[in-house]
Order: sequence, then C-alpha cells, then structure tokens
Amino acid sequence: MASIQGTRLRRTRGIDGSRRRGLALHAVLVLGVLLSAFPFYWAVIMSTHTTSEIFSYPPKLLPGTHFAENVRSLLDTVDFFGSMVNSLLVAGSVTFLVLFFDSLAAFVFAKFAFPGKRLLFMLLMFIFMVPAQLQAIPQFVIMARLGWIGSMTALIVPAAANAFGIFWMRQYMKGAIHDELLDASRIDGAHFLRQYWHVALPVVRPGLAFLGIFTFMGQWNDYAWPLIALTDPDNVTLQVALSQLNGTHGTTDYGMVMTGALLALVPLLIVFAIGARQIIGDLAKGAIK
Amino acid sequence: MATLPALEKPPAVRTETPVARPRKGFRKHWHLYAAISPFYLLFLCFGLIPVGFSLYLSFHRWDGLGSMEWAGLSQYRYLLGDADFWTSIGTTLVIWALATFPMIFLAMVTAVMLNSAVRFKNVYRFAYFLPNVTSVVAVAIVFGSVFSTNFGLVNAFLQAIGFDQIAWLNTPWGIKIAIAALMTWQWTGYNAIIFLAGLQTVPGELYEAARMDGAGPVQTFFRITLPMMRPVLLFVLVVSTITGLQSFSEPQVLLQNTSNESTFSGGPGHAGRTMVLYFFQQTFDNNDFGYGAAVAWGIFLVVVLFSIINWRLVQRRGED
Repeated sequence: MASIQGTRLRRTRGIDGSRRRGLALHAVLVLGVLLSAFPFYWAVIMSTHTTSEIFSYPPKLLPGTHFAENVRSLLDTVDFFGSMVNSLLVAGSVTFLVLFFDSLAAFVFAKFAFPGKRLLFMLLMFIFMVPAQLQAIPQFVIMARLGWIGSMTALIVPAAANAFGIFWMRQYMKGAIHDELLDASRIDGAHFLRQYWHVALPVVRPGLAFLGIFTFMGQWNDYAWPLIALTDPDNVTLQVALSQLNGTHGTTDYGMVMTGALLALVPLLIVFAIGARQIIGDLAKGAIK
Repeated sequence: MATLPALEKPPAVRTETPVARPRKGFRKHWHLYAAISPFYLLFLCFGLIPVGFSLYLSFHRWDGLGSMEWAGLSQYRYLLGDADFWTSIGTTLVIWALATFPMIFLAMVTAVMLNSAVRFKNVYRFAYFLPNVTSVVAVAIVFGSVFSTNFGLVNAFLQAIGFDQIAWLNTPWGIKIAIAALMTWQWTGYNAIIFLAGLQTVPGELYEAARMDGAGPVQTFFRITLPMMRPVLLFVLVVSTITGLQSFSEPQVLLQNTSNESTFSGGPGHAGRTMVLYFFQQTFDNNDFGYGAAVAWGIFLVVVLFSIINWRLVQRRGED
C-alpha cells in the first residue's frame, strides 16, 4: 500500500519529466519483448502459408490460411506423434529417475556423516567439469556393445542421475530440512528410507519442482547425443525428427517444416508457462550466490 | 541451458564426525552408500570409463569395427599440423565473439532498464526468458528462413531500403553472423535476468551516497554498478565461453542443407564448421574414432585455456 502511494506521489510531483522518461523506458523494453517474440510470430506466419506464398515478394507479414494443409503434409511425411511420444517417454522417465536418485543422494550428503564422504563429494564436483565430447565416442561404443544403440534406453540410462542435480538438491536440503525434525523422527524409530520419504521430501518440494522442470526441458531439447545414438531414422525423438525434416524437405516445403518446428515448441511452452516463476527466480538466485 | 555448476564454489566440506574404523563404519553406514551409489555407478559406466577409454583411443587408429592399432603420438602430431582443426578454432572464436559481446552489452542495458522500471517486471522477465527455453533445432529452422537468400526477411528488408541482397548462408561472414544472431537472440534475455538479479543485490545506500556526491547516471554506472557486478559478469562470461566454444546444434541445423557435403560440414567453404562440428565430422562421418578422440582432447584444452584467460581478465580488472 505504502509503495503504491509512493509511486502515485512521485508521479504527480514529477509531472511530465519522469513520466515521459518512464514511457520511453517501457517503449524500449517492449521493443525488446517484440524482438524476443518475433521468431515465434514468424514461425506462425510461415506455417500458415504454402511454400509458393512464402517465396513471393513482398514477404507475408500476417498469418495465412493453410495451416491445416501443412499439418496434414507434416503428418504424412514424418511420424510426428511417434517421435513426440518418444520425447515424452525419454524426458518423462529421465525426470522421474533424476528426481529420485538425485534427491536421495543429496539427502545423504546434506544430512549424514560417513567415512569417505568428503572424497566422494569432491569427486562429484569434479565430474561437473568433464566435457561431453570426451564421453561421446566411448559411450557410443559401450552402448553398441550393450545393444542399446537405436533405442531410447541409450538416452535414458546415462541421464538417470547427474552431478548438477545432486549438488543443487544438497544445497537446498541443507537449509530446508531441520536437524531437530530428523532427530525427532529417529527417536520415533523411523529408519533411513522413511526419513527420506516422510521428513525430507515434503519439505523440499519447491526444489524438486525446479529440478524437475529444468531436467524435463533439457531432455526435451537435447539434440547432439540423440542424433548419434538413435540410428534408426524411423524411431527418433522429436528434435531429431525435426532436423531430418529440415534436412530433406528444408529447401522444398518450408511451410511444412515450419509447422513441425512450431508444433514441437508447444509442449515445452506449456511446461515453461507452468514453471516460469520457479525457473527464472531460482536460476537467477543460483547465479548470484 | 547452462547453469554452470563448475563455477559454483565447491563448498567447504567439514568432517562432521571423527571416523572410527573404516570397515566398521562402512558396515554401519551401508544404507547411506547404497543411497548415493546409483550416481557413482552410472558415472563409472558412462563417465569415467569413457573418458579413460577416449584417452586410450587417442593413441590408436580405429574405425570402430576392426581391431585397434597402436599409433603412439601420431594422432596428436597430426592434430597439431591439421589446418582444418586450426581453422575450426578460429571459426568458433569468431562466432563466439560476434555473439558474446553484443549479447553481454544488450543484456546489461536490458537489466539496468528492467531494474529501474517499476511495473510489469515479471511480465518482462517471462518474455525475455522465453527464447532460452526453446529448442535450438526449432529456432535454427526459423532463423534459417529469416536469413534465406531468396525469401528471407532480412533480405526483403535490405531490398526494401534499397540495398543488394546478401547470400547469408552462402558466404563466410554471412554464415558466422547468422549463427551469432541466433545465439544472441537465445541468450540475451537469459543473461539480462541474471544481471538483474545481480543489480538487485547492490545496496540502495550506495546509489544514495553517489547521488549526494553529485554523480550522474553514467558515472554511477561505471563507478558503482559495474564494480559491484563483477562476480555476476564473470559468471556470465565464463558460461558463455564454455557453451559458446562448444557450439554444435546451431551451425549443424542451420547449415545442414546449404551444401552437398555431410550435415556436419559447416556449410559452403566450411565457414561455419566449429570445433565440435569438426569433431563429429571426423568421428561419425569418417569413422576415424582414434583421431576423433584426439580432437576431443584438443577441444577440451582450448575450452579450459579460454576459461582461464576470461577468469584472469575479469579478476585483474578488479584489482586496479
């Protein structure tokens, strides 16, 4: 209330100068928003026109009427829903596994003492720094030996637990779970898993939400490893399917390719819209720590 | 997305309890070890063994199918004299610079404006963050059409104001600019939000004191805001370096149908062939797994080197 009155006061007092400056500020900021949003708008325009309309000059700046047609030819060309199901399967199961394994390990690192803890945690921090390319070839070879190349298993298993998530959850749990609570539950005779499930998890739900959304989006967008590991062109994730589409039809049927790109964004935008507050706030907090 | 975990300080781990006998301790705490084991087992199988194996591999010749052949240091010797690899380092650095400097500048300006705007802050943050959550593949497809020679929006605009068209995805500089534009678009808002979080930690009394001393807005920015922001700036710079130097998806998708060569070729004249793209080409196109491993170690060294240089630059400026 006080702040509202404050702004109102300032506005009446500063009369035109500060108001004009405020308007100019918002004008520039809105321009930035338009630039951020423009590629989405452009994708909508392209996906609602035929390719010959796209090729014409001057360029179309308003949506057209051929969206349904483009969707139909997209579904005829690639197994769009099949690859979307694959993406959901991979991103969903990785998220579930990461949440479980990472929070369990984080709970141990945050709240218990045991021999070798220091060494194991240092190893964990070191693992952060190993770059992906160094692992790509041998991982491919190992997966080939295991017979996983070409299947979603090759994407899910290596991603099922990660150092970032353990570190992040550990930091979160250190502050969020009070030792008194754990002591009390121990006196009541709760063993380790019960403590994890009934004491730790309920308190750290916001942290889990961030890790879950973050993991899901990262997996949904992952491209380089799936491109290598999924050798059967008919059984791929959405990103790889899109890339195939662009590679083979990208110079002939723009409208269709763009429709695919647009539709692939939809599930992600939904997840982001749900978790935006959490994601943006927590990422920023992590950076200034 | 790059939340760079490596940057966060490893927390000082205190040894909480004096450890008695390790044997006994292990048996007593077996459930704790069991609880953290999944990560370490996965890491062993898909992290440690691969990294060790890639070192071993880089001293061999191997096509992935036949038997391995000892090659000593010859893969590394070849790497040092490989003009294509050196060119790919240059390409990567040019794209990185074209993307990073405008991006940091724009992100800082945006953050300062957001910090002084009172209303709609959350709406702006949401809108500016949006580009960062979209998949690189979809975005690269859209940018490919924006920069298309025949019907691209950029060329239509140039034509409208009386300039010649540019074959963006067919010339060395056009290719690099298009890739850099994509990266700038995807990361400016993300970094602006991180800068904004940093700005909000600067104590208001500092600005108050500066105003008392009669400092103008520009002076205030350079004397107070920027020095206070150094840690955040370092974070953003190091993250941009590590992700930027390992760019792969952007050039791969953007350029995959601009030349008749493989999809890892980096477009006409290899003008967009970054280091990681070159790694993929050598490994998975040419099936030269031994040389690919050597290239991977080369990339690792370059990234580490530039991260250290960045770190030093920002640190030293702080000491003045």
